[in-house]
Amino acid sequence: MEYISLFVKSIFVDNMIFAYFLGMCSYLAVSKNVKTASGLGLAVMFVLLVTVPVNYLLNKYVLGPDALIEGVDLSFLSVIIFIAVIAAIVQIVEMFVERFAPALYSALGIFLPLIAVNCAILGGALFMQQKEFANVGESAVYALGSGLGWFLAIVALAAIREKLSYSNVPAPLKGLGITFITVGLMGIAFMAFMGISL
Amino acid sequence: MKLKETIFDPIFKSNPITVLVLGICSSLAVTVTMKGALVMALSVMAVCGISSFILSTLRNTIPGRVRIIVQLVVVAMMVILVDQILKSFEATFPIDKQLSVYISLIITNCIVMGRIEAFALGNKPIPSLLDGLANGAGYGLVLLIVAFFRELLGSGTLFGMQIMPASYVTNNLVILPPFALILLGCIVWVQRSIQKDLQEK
Repeated sequence: MEYISLFVKSIFVDNMIFAYFLGMCSYLAVSKNVKTASGLGLAVMFVLLVTVPVNYLLNKYVLGPDALIEGVDLSFLSVIIFIAVIAAIVQIVEMFVERFAPALYSALGIFLPLIAVNCAILGGALFMQQKEFANVGESAVYALGSGLGWFLAIVALAAIREKLSYSNVPAPLKGLGITFITVGLMGIAFMAFMGISL
Repeated sequence: MKLKETIFDPIFKSNPITVLVLGICSSLAVTVTMKGALVMALSVMAVCGISSFILSTLRNTIPGRVRIIVQLVVVAMMVILVDQILKSFEATFPIDKQLSVYISLIITNCIVMGRIEAFALGNKPIPSLLDGLANGAGYGLVLLIVAFFRELLGSGTLFGMQIMPASYVTNNLVILPPFALILLGCIVWVQRSIQKDLQEK
């Protein structure tokens, strides 16, 4: 039961895009059409699902106070370890996908390596550290939920932007400006979930 | 490249946020108060300027294939330094937990990596330092404009001092994160009305 509430909470209430603005750069850049947007969304979801539990284990058994050596707290190294783990895992995932699923690999293209510098991935690891989950299962559920939230957000924005290209927007607001405002309004709509306590 | 353009272009004409669309990721959640925005702006300026300087001095010795990793290590080191400095002043200058996550996220802030790739690896150290500082300043300027409206309308204060009369009813919508994006859209609107060549077809 706790897992379900954590899952729903991380999709809607703590949505990576609308509540924390994480992964905004690629979110704005790659949301011009639904097809590429869903490809990137899936890739982010997958990488989050792999990296957050790995970082959770590292954080608990290597970096935490008294974890590795009695009396030594390595938590000041956490950021650099997290980013190294993420870069390494993205590299491995890329090689695996290229070897075993070439169709998916060519569909994702450049987005796969770029995920290493997507703030949503490092943000997922840092929020995992801040939330102090009890076990690795909880961190995996959290990762899956926030990945799914990111996926939903990018597909929704891409669908809106496809329709927006037919509408009559004031010239200075075209493109970037109207996209910012659209994302803001979508965020306000997502606020409706905020009162829900699970 | 003239030095004057290096310094002033990133602040308005090629502002990293409103023109290049870099570094929106970690920035908008810190604009609820002027104080948070100022700390974030100064941190990004320091990280961006100094890591541009360091990588520019190393630019001829780094092999092209491993440059991303070298960049990440230098930037991460600078961010950890900034984080530790802020932590050591915690007693006199408290910073909330939320902000400290975003300080760590400067590593993946596209402005820092973007300026290193686009400028520092091809220019001398001093112009690179100025370019990094100027881009940090352009980013900080947008942050401060957004924070100004959000703190004034949302809490009736600026830097924690009461500005609005006591009868002012605070607007809670402005405090919510999505409003920052709407304000940013308005800033883009104003800038592109002045500078018509930036408008998209």
